[in-house]
This record gives sequence, structure tokens and C-alpha cells, in this order.
Amino acid sequence: MTLHIITGNRLTDGVVVFLANDGGWTESLTGSRVIDGDDELAQMKALADAAAKAAIVVEPYPIDVTRDGGDIRPVRYRERIRAYGPSIHPDFAKQAGMPVAGG
Amino acid sequence: MPLLKGGEIVADPWVAVADDADIPADAPAIVSQERWLARSKELAGRNAPIGVRLRSHQSPETIADDLHRLSLVALEFPHFKDGRAYSYARLLRERYGFEGEIRAVGNVLRDQHLFMIRCGFDAFEVRDGEKPSEWRKHAQAFSVFYQPATDRRPTALELRHPKAAE
Amino acid sequence: MYRYDQFDQRLVDERVAQFREQVARRLAGELSEDEFKPLRLMNGVYLQLHAYMLRVSIPYGLLSSKQMRMLAHIARTYDRDYGHFTTRQNVQFNWPKLEDLPDILADLASVEMHAIQTSGNSFRNTTADQYAGVAADEVEDSRVYAEIIRQWSTLHPEFSFLPRKFKIAVTASPRDRTAVWFHDIGVIMRRNENGEAGFEILAGGGQGRTPMIGKTVGKFVPKKHLLSYLEAIMRVYNMLGRRDNLFKARIKILVHETGIDEFRRLVDEEWERIKDGYLDLPQAEIDRITAHFRPPAYEKLPHVPPEFERKRNEDKDFDHWVTVNTAAHKRPGYAIVNLSLKPVGVPPGDMTSAQMDAVADLADRYSFGEMRVTHEQNLTFADVRKTDLYALWRELTKLNLATANVGLMGDIICCPGLDYCALANARSIPVAQRISRRFQDLKRQHDIGPLRLKMSGCINACGHHHVGHIGILGVDRKGEEYYQITLGGSADENASIGDILGPAFPSDKVVDAVETLVDTYIDIRTNGETFLETYRRVGKEPFKERLYAAA
Repeated sequence: MTLHIITGNRLTDGVVVFLANDGGWTESLTGSRVIDGDDELAQMKALADAAAKAAIVVEPYPIDVTRDGGDIRPVRYRERIRAYGPSIHPDFAKQAGMPVAGG
Repeated sequence: MPLLKGGEIVADPWVAVADDADIPADAPAIVSQERWLARSKELAGRNAPIGVRLRSHQSPETIADDLHRLSLVALEFPHFKDGRAYSYARLLRERYGFEGEIRAVGNVLRDQHLFMIRCGFDAFEVRDGEKPSEWRKHAQAFSVFYQPATDRRPTALELRHPKAAE
Repeated sequence: MYRYDQFDQRLVDERVAQFREQVARRLAGELSEDEFKPLRLMNGVYLQLHAYMLRVSIPYGLLSSKQMRMLAHIARTYDRDYGHFTTRQNVQFNWPKLEDLPDILADLASVEMHAIQTSGNSFRNTTADQYAGVAADEVEDSRVYAEIIRQWSTLHPEFSFLPRKFKIAVTASPRDRTAVWFHDIGVIMRRNENGEAGFEILAGGGQGRTPMIGKTVGKFVPKKHLLSYLEAIMRVYNMLGRRDNLFKARIKILVHETGIDEFRRLVDEEWERIKDGYLDLPQAEIDRITAHFRPPAYEKLPHVPPEFERKRNEDKDFDHWVTVNTAAHKRPGYAIVNLSLKPVGVPPGDMTSAQMDAVADLADRYSFGEMRVTHEQNLTFADVRKTDLYALWRELTKLNLATANVGLMGDIICCPGLDYCALANARSIPVAQRISRRFQDLKRQHDIGPLRLKMSGCINACGHHHVGHIGILGVDRKGEEYYQITLGGSADENASIGDILGPAFPSDKVVDAVETLVDTYIDIRTNGETFLETYRRVGKEPFKERLYAAA
């Protein structure tokens, strides 16, 4: 069963954010709400679209993730770069303690 | 749909007529380019004014011959990104000397208003709830123009090099 | 350089006010992203992987030291302390906040800069020769006409919603340094049989998904007809360019599908109707703009200052840098200096705010306060006294901007790629850095000779890989980053599009592949041939054989 999270860019500053458990948006991958199943996915997409209409986030979309112990890991390397930071700038790493996509 | 003309929402006397509908005898009517081309003589003989709606792939050249019989040309923006009608409006005014109403219809947004005015549009079918004051404000957003256009507002170049007084 | 008058200044100020209002409406939710997107693109604001990205226009690559200091200020104040110079002579900031953008644009406007039309389906930055004004072989200074085109193309009411983006380059030298044959419109200044200067106008060049070399539309257009001729081309494109398919919407497709003769006929037909009218360019305006590009107060200097010669003999590193990173200036005693933004270990084309400030100071001291951004992502100081070269070199070395690799293998042109760009399929910068490290020995680079290596992270080809002597295109193969190699592209007056060699290489094999190609060239070359000359002589087979035999 594929797990998902919802991601988007925060409107005011463009920062990558994830839909959190409390319905808000967090920069932390580990704080994101892991979605299991089509019904929940549809519900969360609707929530995210409402946030887009409310000018909180821009163009939110779901991404595939896996659970790696306590960590949530995006499947596509594009989404890993987006979540962790540019691989060539480890000083811009976004997720504390997470590896930047391999160099 | 609300019609913005002269900076205000005005009543629209024109009736848009579908191809398969009868054209009202005494009302100004807008027909499709196809219908106009098929029946121009007959339609031009009406008592009431006639107008043609051009879709974005239909150049004004196709109706140039009988343009003098038309009081209105509606130019369609199927999406605001489809910028063909800007050229069409300029050709209508500058190439063919059309002096009737050029109306922007379709996906017509405030932020393109000034460009449209400069190209010769003088009427705009806007979405419900649009505020004329916002549209007027946008039309005044710029006071400097680099390139000559249909409106013949003096360009920066012309202002830099005023011709010697006659 | 061109200085704004009241009209230019008022226009950018009004644009800032307009954008500020549009951002406010967006933040308040009055504009949807769909409605806001074309508006922000018209002001060079992208939304990329990690953040918004602002692309600032640097008209024909020309910057004053004051403007460079402002770029440093923006990098420091609103971004992460660095900027990236692009293949269209612009600069990009990767981390601005939307809410700060109006202030950033206001800061730029205060030094006669803007971000108007650096994105979106309208005219982009008109680029020109980075050696304009100082190259001995130029007909006239191409920047004059680049400026004229810049103004005419800014907020053009008829052409702000073209089928696709539109890029114009202007050159005036027989040796082309602008990739003019790969632009939507290329403007080449030439002299006719009577010695009059005018323009050969090309159309339909471009890279991206379907690279094409431009074709001549107007063989010789007199100066006064420049704008009416361009307007005729644009009207034909605006009305007939394809709008059904994003990947077929550039003018190159229209020229290709229509055929150049018919396309020219359409343009000429339109032009006949609009020339000799209000678009005619008055000599007074040509003169006004030409006056802004008057040569600086050059001194009378010896062609080869003895002190300079002495230093070259004494210091081999200095001598090497002079050979590789400087070029001949048309005035005796002066030199053109190229600052390499490609030291090992740095993303190609990036500069820190500290470097920007320091370079601004150096430009003031050594090059009349001006510099140019090249489309190969380096900087040029156009007017340096030879007697100052040693001191300048010492300063640049401290700043890590004196790597003697300009035009050599280490001088890699590279797009931001998947590390930054939402359009990319693969990362490009890490591969470029690994290649740079593999070839970092300057003696080896010098021995290899001129070799333009250009990398793109996707088919949009912002890294100009199609015109690399070696081109590398990053692709996504089943979720993995792979790299396809092309050979034999060239962006100069002998324009050519690179040939695909064969199957793509995985990330851990691509640097070896490049080295195999270079080694093949070294083995095959004769009589001091460059890489490109060897390739054009022997074709791709010897390279393909070696490359895939080794695999």
C-alpha cells in the first residue's frame, strides 16, 4: 500500500511545506500527515485545495512516501531534493538530521 | 455579461445570436463569422446594426471586404494567454479603418485592459462583480509608452525628439 | 552605458507600483495562482522546487559597478547571499520571498534595473556581444541596437501574449559570440556594398526540444527600418504561431512548417504595409542612444608595456592567465579580461555577495566602472590597461575568480538543474562539478585546448547543451538520473547542432565517458586541431566506438 503526504509551497515565502496532522502546514517532513488509502487521500486533497483557495499554499499535490523507521521518505528523487534541499548546498539542508540527496 | 465601456458598466444593447437561432429583427445583433460570410448581403440590409464575432483563429482579413457594413466586431479571447486578438484589433483599426465598436469577449481580465485599449479595443465583456474603478485604475497604471500603437499616445521616443513647430 | 532618462525611470517605477498591487491582491486571496502566474512571470518571478526565483534583467549583459553592488545587497538582504548568472546574460536569485519581491524590485528600480519580461510569453532579454565596443572586428557597437530593441519590446501591447517566449540576440562581429543563429530573431549588423551599416535579420533559431538553426528572413534591412521589420515578423508570428501545442509554439516551428520562402513572403507583405510609417527609427534617437555608448576616456598607451612583459616572464601563473583569460582589445595598451565564474567546487555561474561587492570595486578601479555578463556565465571587464593586469589578477585570485579556464574544459556552462528547477529531470550541477574536478589540472586543460562543455538538466536546454562541443543532457530513466551525450555542437558563426552519440550514461559513469571522449580526441587530433575541428573532420564514429567499447 503506497503511503502519501501532501506538499506545496507556502504562498508568502515559497518555502516547501507539508500538510500536517493538525490540518496546518509544516516545513518538517516528520511532522507531515501520512495518508493511507484512497478515501483519506481524497479528503486531504480537498483540505489542501481549500488551503490553496485561502491563499495559504500554492498548488499542493500528493507525493508517494515510504516509512523508514521513524522517518518519512519521499520515493521520487525529485521530491527528496525538494524536501531535503539542493544536493550541492548542504548548508541549505532543510530537514535536521536528514541526508541531503546523494552528491 | 457586464459590459465595460468608457470606464463604466453600461447596458448592452447588442444581442449575441447563436448560429441556429433567428436574428431579432430590430435589435443590434452579433453573429458568427461563418454566418456573416454566408449571408452578408442579406444581413447588411437589416434595419438594425449588425456585428460579427471572430474566434481567435479567424483573422479580420476574412471580413475585411464588407467591414463598412458592420457596427461592431467582437474579438474572442478563449484564454487570456491567446494574444491573437491584439493583432486583430490593430489591423481592424489601422489597416482597415474600422471605426465601430471593438469588443473584447471571453477570458477578459483587468490586467490586460491597458494593452487592449492601446490596440484599439473600446468595449470589454467582463466577469460578474468586476469593479469599473479597478479597471480604470489599471488603465492608468502607466504613463510612459515605448512603442507606437493604435491609440497613438505619444511614445517616449516622440517626446524625446519633438518635431520642430510648424 | 545607457542611462535612464525620466521616461525610462518612470516606466520601471510604475511597473514596481503595479506589481506591488498585484502581489497584495495575491496575498489577500483576490487573485488565484492561475491568474497571478502570468503576471508574476511577466516580472521574472518563478516558483521553483524550493522557493520563488527572481530573474533580474541585465540588458545585453551590461552592468555598472553601482548595479553590481545592488545585486550584492539584494543577495545579502533578501536571499542567501549569492546570485547565479545565466546563459541569457541575466542574474537569478533562488530564495526571495513573495512578500519581499515588491521591495526588491523597488531597490532594483533605484539603480535603473528591473525584472520585466524575463519570463512569460513575450520578449525576453535582448542579448548582445560581451565584447561590444571593444572588439576590433565589429561593424558598430551592437549594444546601441540592443537598447533600441529593448525599449521597443518592453510592454508592447500587441505582443505580450505570444504563443511562447521570444528571444532576440544582436551581434555586429563576423565572429559571433552571442549564439545569434540560435535565437528566435537574430540581428547581425553588416555593411552592404556601399559600406552602409544595416542588419541581416534571422528568424527561427532555437534550442529546447527541437534545436534549429535560424534562417535569413531579411538579407539587409537599413537601420531606420529595423523596428518596422521586427514588428512585421512579430505580427506574422503572433497571428500564425501555433497555440495548440506548447512544444510546437516557438517561431522556429512556424518557420519550419511554413518554409522560409513563404515565411519571408508573409513578413515582407506585412512589412510593405507598415514601413515608412511611425515605426521608422529617427536618426536623432540612434544618435541619442549612441552617445551613451561613447568610448571611455582611453589613455594613449604603448601596445606592449615593458613592465607587463616582464611580469609575464617572471610569473608563469600570471602569464598563463593572460593567455587564457584575456583577449585582444582594439586600443593599444588595453586588454579584455574574462573573470571565470567556474572555479572547481563552485556551481558554475554563481557569485557570492562578497564577490559581487569586490568585483564592483575592481570594475571601478580597473575598467571604468562597468562589466558584462556573458552567455557562457562568466563576467568580462572590457577595458583594462595592460599595466593593471598584474594587480587585477592578484585581486581576482584572492576572490577565486581567476581560474585560467575560460573557453577550456573547466569553463562549463550549466543550468541549475534538478537541484533548483521545477522543470528539470536530472541534476546537472553535481555532474558539472565532478567533471570540473576530474579535469582540474590547468596544464591538462590547456593541452586539450578550446572545448565548450554545456550541460542541461532537461530538454528545455537552458544550459545550451545542443551547442556544446560536448553537450550533456540529463534525463530521467525509470526514476534514475541518466546523461545523454552529444558532440559537435557550436554556437558561433559556424553554427551546428550536436549529434547524439548513443545510449545515455548513469550518473556514476558519465564523467568517465567524458574523459574517454577527450582522450579519443587527443589520440586522433593532428596539426593542432581543436576538439571541434577534429570532430568535424572524423565524424562521430571514432568517438562512438571508443565510448561504447569502453562501456
